[in-house]
Amino acid sequence: MTAADLMLALPEIFVLGMTCIIMLFGLWLPEERQGMISFVSIMTLVFAAIILLGWDDPDPAAVSFAFNATFVRDQMADVLKLSAFIVLAAILVYARQYLRVFKVAMLEYHVLSLFLLLGVMVLISAASMLTVYLGLELIALPSYALVALRRDDQRSTEAAMKYFVLGSLASGLLLYGLSMIYGVTGTLSLAQVANITAMGNNTVLVLGLIFVVIGIAFKLGVVPFHMWVPDVYHGAPAAVTALIGSLPKLAVFAMAIRLLSDGLGNMQMHWMSMLVVLATLSIVVGNLVAIAQSNLKRMLAYSTIGHMGFMLLGLLTGSDQGFSAAMFYAIVYAIMAAGAFGVMILLSQHGVEAEHLDDYKGLSKRSPWLALMMLMLMFSMAGVPVFAGFFAKWLVIQAVIDAGMIWLAILAVIFSVIGAFYYLRVVKLMYFDAPDKDDAISVPADFRAALTLNGSAQLLLGIFANILIGLCVASF
Amino acid sequence: MSLTLAHFLALGGILFSLSVAGIFLNRKNIIILLMAIELMLLAVNMNFVAFSRFHGHLEGQVFVFFILTVAAAEAAIGLAILMVLFRNRNSINVEDMDELKG
Repeated sequence: MTAADLMLALPEIFVLGMTCIIMLFGLWLPEERQGMISFVSIMTLVFAAIILLGWDDPDPAAVSFAFNATFVRDQMADVLKLSAFIVLAAILVYARQYLRVFKVAMLEYHVLSLFLLLGVMVLISAASMLTVYLGLELIALPSYALVALRRDDQRSTEAAMKYFVLGSLASGLLLYGLSMIYGVTGTLSLAQVANITAMGNNTVLVLGLIFVVIGIAFKLGVVPFHMWVPDVYHGAPAAVTALIGSLPKLAVFAMAIRLLSDGLGNMQMHWMSMLVVLATLSIVVGNLVAIAQSNLKRMLAYSTIGHMGFMLLGLLTGSDQGFSAAMFYAIVYAIMAAGAFGVMILLSQHGVEAEHLDDYKGLSKRSPWLALMMLMLMFSMAGVPVFAGFFAKWLVIQAVIDAGMIWLAILAVIFSVIGAFYYLRVVKLMYFDAPDKDDAISVPADFRAALTLNGSAQLLLGIFANILIGLCVASF
Repeated sequence: MSLTLAHFLALGGILFSLSVAGIFLNRKNIIILLMAIELMLLAVNMNFVAFSRFHGHLEGQVFVFFILTVAAAEAAIGLAILMVLFRNRNSINVEDMDELKG
């Protein structure tokens, strides 16, 4: 371990140090000054981003390894980490409102979400199977605790238990696969795994690959490994659903790239067919079942399943074009999901979560601004042109066509049209139905600013899509 | 008869299958689910140690230390969630976990 190694991991070290400081000093803060915790957490993100960007890199396209090649820093890692900071900062602003209304512990929420962020950063930069495992667990353990944050709520604790059992099962399956790959190749480093598998592969390696793909599928929540997603989204507090519905998706995307492309890229013919099945099933099941939901949280859960299917479309092509399309999709999705749950948090005013679709009736008359933000988020999720979600879908479908799988592209287009139905239903409820209640919605200034940025980001990322697409393309 | 790598892998495989079966077949007690999860991680450890010995280097055994540590943290969180769950509904029966569906 050298000083250069530490410099490379400086953002991670900074986040870890600040999290420990917040945890320690937060305990002594009196009740009325708990708002400081939120402020310091957001400042931590800002400075971590500055450290990340300030690292003087002689060559932006360079790939640097640290800690005996267990940690890697490349452009993909930097872009994904930066998006994770931005998304988490928005979620923390939204969460402050939620934690106040529902009287949930401020300190625990912020410390756990910063640890989750640390896990996301470690997983994004993983270059060895050991770092993959540690990053994954560092995401999983805080999320289990976060889901159970409202510990006197029956649904919250039940969701936490389901998440815990199925999440641990996923980790176990992934680990079993990693042990097979370690057994065949005799190394934990993903770069060396790639070198050794180039010489040919055997059955044990394919067996290991199957377990690894199942593990990734569980963590992404794609059909048929999706059964935890609706229950966890539904049971978790909205501020936590926003968190586990956005940040881990960025990290698991990175994990899939590290394991499947960097490590097992030579076995593409094997994992490609598995991903085709997973992607097809998710797009079909996710979009169809979402139509039948009357609970917005469950609807968004099934929409996540569909979206992750679309992201897999980019991954399964195995081309650099497909990977960058999937990366764009993951980033855009994380921003959309954070915003949609932000709207839900704002509507949950009197200690009851606004999770039923009927709560959104006539929203345009109660708060035109909020309805407009939700409109932009829903249009983006549905893939209406000009919005960012449209370009995300367009890029992955183009990658699939270039890979020669026309039938898959046609299926994706058909189901994105079917999927548009339930997003537009929310818009219809907001703009064309009469409201059930007409109480005004009070909005704190910071919340308004964050949500305005988040909603208009869908439009701006669509109009100026080239900037982010350029960054994603340069990552591969 | 001497013990070979294959024997240890078979043992690991059997333990792993037992734990997966335990998770999916168990309809009674959540504590048994937690035990099955621990067993799964131990089966993986068996694999790693066997492969590590087979290759003649320590990487795999180092990995096992990390898995053991994480498993301890995981068990702590699992039991804590079980505690709050029991307080909320006075039951740790798997079949009672049916409030969330749709």
